[in-house]
Amino acid sequence: MRRRRRRANEHGIWYPRWYWPGLASPGALWLLVLFLVPLYTVLAISFGTIDPIFRDAVPIWDPLRWNSAAFIDILHKLAGSHSFLLPPVERTLIYVCAATALCLVIGYPVAYFVARYGGKQRGLLLVLLIAPFWVSYMMRMLAWINLLGSDGWVNRGLQLLHLVPHPINWLAGDPITVVLGLVYGYIPYMILPLFAGLDRIDPALLEAARDLGAGRLHTFLRVTLPMSKQAILAGMVIVTLPMFGDYFTNDLLSGSPRTAMIGNVIDDSVLTPGQGTDAAALVILLTLLLTIPMIYYLRSTAKAMREGV
Amino acid sequence: MQKGIDAAASSISGSSRYLRPGVWLSRRWSSPWRRPLVLGTFTWIYLAWSILPVGIAMLFSFNSGRSRSAWQGFSWRWYFGDPTGSVLHDPTLHAALIQSLRLAGLTTLVAVPLGVLFAIGIDRWRGRAATSLNFLMLLSFVIPELILGVALLFVFSNLFDFIHLGTPAQLLGLITFEISYPVIIVRARMLSLGKELEEAAMDLGAPPTHALRRVLMPMLYPAIFASAVLVFASVIDDFIIVRYLSLDASTEPMSVAIYNTARASPTPALNALASIMVVVSFVAAVVGILTYRWLTKGERGKNDSAAVNLAAQI
Repeated sequence: MRRRRRRANEHGIWYPRWYWPGLASPGALWLLVLFLVPLYTVLAISFGTIDPIFRDAVPIWDPLRWNSAAFIDILHKLAGSHSFLLPPVERTLIYVCAATALCLVIGYPVAYFVARYGGKQRGLLLVLLIAPFWVSYMMRMLAWINLLGSDGWVNRGLQLLHLVPHPINWLAGDPITVVLGLVYGYIPYMILPLFAGLDRIDPALLEAARDLGAGRLHTFLRVTLPMSKQAILAGMVIVTLPMFGDYFTNDLLSGSPRTAMIGNVIDDSVLTPGQGTDAAALVILLTLLLTIPMIYYLRSTAKAMREGV
Repeated sequence: MQKGIDAAASSISGSSRYLRPGVWLSRRWSSPWRRPLVLGTFTWIYLAWSILPVGIAMLFSFNSGRSRSAWQGFSWRWYFGDPTGSVLHDPTLHAALIQSLRLAGLTTLVAVPLGVLFAIGIDRWRGRAATSLNFLMLLSFVIPELILGVALLFVFSNLFDFIHLGTPAQLLGLITFEISYPVIIVRARMLSLGKELEEAAMDLGAPPTHALRRVLMPMLYPAIFASAVLVFASVIDDFIIVRYLSLDASTEPMSVAIYNTARASPTPALNALASIMVVVSFVAAVVGILTYRWLTKGERGKNDSAAVNLAAQI
């Protein structure tokens, strides 16, 4: 009988009180059980212990009994004299910054051209910009493995032009290959928000700037660039977040510990018996590191959602 | 239009025929109406760089030899001709193809209805619980996949160890990761639709369930459909979650098969497998775009920029 009680929403339509929560409940339950609980499991494992016989990670569910040995261990590996964790962390920061900067430097002019000067070709250009989204990431890396191999087209082209005497071994621990691989993999995710942001700038504003005497460069620096700041930031966050968790680009295009990133360290320790707590602790540290970009991305997604389709 | 402007520009700058080439060029260059040649060239070079490598890889799936860089003639050998190494006959590649399609289909079937109901419910349900759940959904969307993948692996090997690694765990994990797509797209659509039509239906005497089913739902079809296509394509592309939650070679989908063999000893059969998936994704995309256009006939154009912006977020 309690369920019969009804409540008016702000528009005066009568729905039973349980109606909307009822619709949301299957999805809500799913997220609680299969998203929130797994995240807590990582926490419980990172503060847990290792089974001495089976080498399995044993979670400690009660926060009052948490054991911070794994975190102390990781801090030692980061700062101590045998700090083998520090190089991958530094490398991650350098590679991700370089790749993000390159994505922006290449992506901005492309997005700008399509948004401002697309003209009749605009539809075609947009389709071509979106095309990489529909090709699997692994396929795109495979394409470069073929091209960069010792008898691949890149080496053959360089030899044909007599730029190099022997084929270069691109795929064995070359940081440049890894950074370019990251750029190739993630740049479409940068261009689309840049395009959306630049496309929303009213051309009348640019014309007004020109009418008032600003030159080409000034118009860009004083009007276009400030107005696309949000889009630049969104694009950077969108490519940075997955790059920090990327280990497969590195595995496929280098495979050498000389270019290992934090994602590779996590991947290796997840699959090694006896290192479960370390892996979990590293995941927690990575999450903390990425909190600010994640919150920014979350807010900008909520904003895009409110603007509707 | 452009031609008219160009003509106007050249009449302002004087009849261009009588100018020395250097002056003519510099006047053309500083004309505010010129098309940006450098920028245009740069864009087309970028597009070639982004698309040609994949095209070359697809081309070599038709190579009749084992090489993936020296062309030896056209053949279907790596698709079905080769009795041991082709996609059709190599059990690993064959299983990978089936597993990718199976996971993509089943995930779409579960994640989209769950997400649509969640979106409608959370949109109308006011209160702190709804806000927190919405935040949780958005968090599942922005969290890097590596973090979620490790978390799911840990939960399925510790707490929920009654769920076996392999297809069941992969499905549960993928649905968790993908559920936010339909929610975000459908909510965006609901927010731009407003409540007026539903209210009109109820003023005319429709009970609430009818207003929902007969008025709101049909208007949500484009969004539901678009999210289904996106979820399908995104699952085919997925790598981290399906790799951690796979049991053995029989449950490793296409992305994992490529990852495992790309650096070992691949034949063009791997390119063939990847090309098949590219074609599947493209068919999904084309069907998706055409159907979306058909479903939203008559309301196109007004929200293009917002749609691109939302797509960009996703």
